[in-house]
Amino acid sequence: MPRTYFEKELDKLKIDMVKMGSLVEEAMGQMRIALKTQDVQVAEQIIVGDDEVDYMEKKIEKQCLVLLARQQPLAVDLRSISAALKIITELERIGDHAADIAEITIQMAGAKYIKPLVDIPVMIDSTMLMVNRSIDAYVRQDVELALNVCASDQEVNDLYMRVLMELINSMKRDPRTIDQAMNLIFISKYLEKMGDHATNIAEWVMFNVTGVHKSGKQVFAR
Amino acid sequence: MHEENFEPIISVKALDLFYGAHQALRNVSLSVVAKEITALIGPSGCGKSTFLKTINRMNDLVSGVTIKGQVLFHNQDIYVNCCDVVELRKRIGMVFQKPNPFPMSIFDNIAYGPRVHGIKQKAALEQIVEASLRKAALWDEVKDRLKNNALGLSGGQQQRLCIARVLAVEPEVILMDEPTSALDPLSTLKIEELSQELKENYTIVIVTHNMQQAGRISDKTVFFLNGEIVEVGATENIFNKPEDQRTEDYITGRFG
Repeated sequence: MPRTYFEKELDKLKIDMVKMGSLVEEAMGQMRIALKTQDVQVAEQIIVGDDEVDYMEKKIEKQCLVLLARQQPLAVDLRSISAALKIITELERIGDHAADIAEITIQMAGAKYIKPLVDIPVMIDSTMLMVNRSIDAYVRQDVELALNVCASDQEVNDLYMRVLMELINSMKRDPRTIDQAMNLIFISKYLEKMGDHATNIAEWVMFNVTGVHKSGKQVFAR
Repeated sequence: MHEENFEPIISVKALDLFYGAHQALRNVSLSVVAKEITALIGPSGCGKSTFLKTINRMNDLVSGVTIKGQVLFHNQDIYVNCCDVVELRKRIGMVFQKPNPFPMSIFDNIAYGPRVHGIKQKAALEQIVEASLRKAALWDEVKDRLKNNALGLSGGQQQRLCIARVLAVEPEVILMDEPTSALDPLSTLKIEELSQELKENYTIVIVTHNMQQAGRISDKTVFFLNGEIVEVGATENIFNKPEDQRTEDYITGRFG
C-alpha cells in the first residue's frame, strides 16, 4: 500500500531541494561571470540573491521538522529526511561562499587582473558540476553519481594547490601583486571549500541509500 | 556482536503451530535474551500473538492446536519436561490487551496469586501487595483505597494493576500482548516508562502494533509475516536500516 500523502510531501521536499540547488548553481554561474568580467552589478546581485538561498534553507528545514513530527518516518524515509536536513546546511554554506567571492570581486573591480584567470574559472566549472550532480544524486537516490562527485573533489583540490603555488610565486616575484594574489587565494580557497561541501552532500546521499555514512576518502580507500 | 555472550532465557527452535489444519507458525526460531525487551511486530494475523502464547503455553487452552518443535525455558523444553503449567505461568506471566482485573478489591487482586501459591500470613501478603504496586508505579495512586474494587480504577491504572498482579508471584519473564492498545497516550507512556524500569529485573516480550512503541522501548525487534520470522535485529538497526525489503516496507508503512 503506498503512503500517498507522505509520498507527495516527500516529492515536494525534493522539488524544493532542487530549487535551492538551482539557486546556488545560478549564484555560482553569476559568480563566474562577475569574476571574469569584473562586473560589480552582477556581483551585487549574488549578495542580494543569497537571502533567497537562506530562505529556502529555512523553508526546507521546517518541512523536514513537520514531516518528522507528523509522519514519524522510519528506515529509508527517516534517512531521506535527516539527509535533507544535513544537505541544506551544506548548500547554504556553498551559497555563502558564492557571496563571499562576490564581495572580493567587488573589492578587486578597481584594478586590472595581473594575468588572465584560467584555473579559477575551471575550478568554478568543476564545483558547479559537483553541486549539480550531488543534488541530482539525492533526488534520484543514485550512489554511482554520488561517488562520482566524491571523485571530482580531488581534481578541485589539485587545481587549488596549483593556483596557490602559482600565486605564491607571483607574490615572491613581484610584491606589487600581493593585494590581488591574496584575494585570488581567498577565492580559490572558497572554491575548494565549495567542493568539500558538495562532497559532503554526496556522502549524505550515500547514507540515505545505504544506511552507512562514510567519508568520500573512506570510500576510495577501500 | 557481544550478544552471543548472553545465554538466552528462552530459546524457540523450529516451531510449527497449527490451528486444526491451518498453519499459524512456520519454522519459527528465536532466542530471547534475559533482561531485555523483545518486541514482536507484524501485521494482523502474522502469528505474533500466537507465538507469544506458546511461550507460557496459553495455546493449551485453544482446542485443536498442535505444536511441533521446541520451546526451551532455561534449556528445558516446556512442552516435554515441564509438567506443571501453573508453575510455568508463575515464572512466565502475562499481561493482555484489555486490562482484566478480577472483580474484587485492589488488595485481593494482587494477593490472589501469592495466596494460590500458598502464602497466607497477612503481614507477608501486605508486604507483597505494597512491593508489587510500587514496582508497577501504582502504589501512590491507590495506597489509600486498597479495599476499593479494582474495577473502579481507570484503564491505565487497571493495566498497571494487572502488571502488579503478575509481579506479585515473582516471575522471570513478562509477556505483554498489546498492553497499551486500549490506553490513552499518558497511560501508555506510564506503561512504557514502567517497562524500562522492569527490564532491570525481568525479561519482557511484547507484542505491539504501535511501531513507535517498539522503537521507543525494545532492545530487539522481531518482524513476523505470514507465520514466519522475516527479520530479527537490534531495534536500532531494524528501525534505521532493516536488512529485508519486507521489513522495510512494513515499518515505512508501505506494506501490502
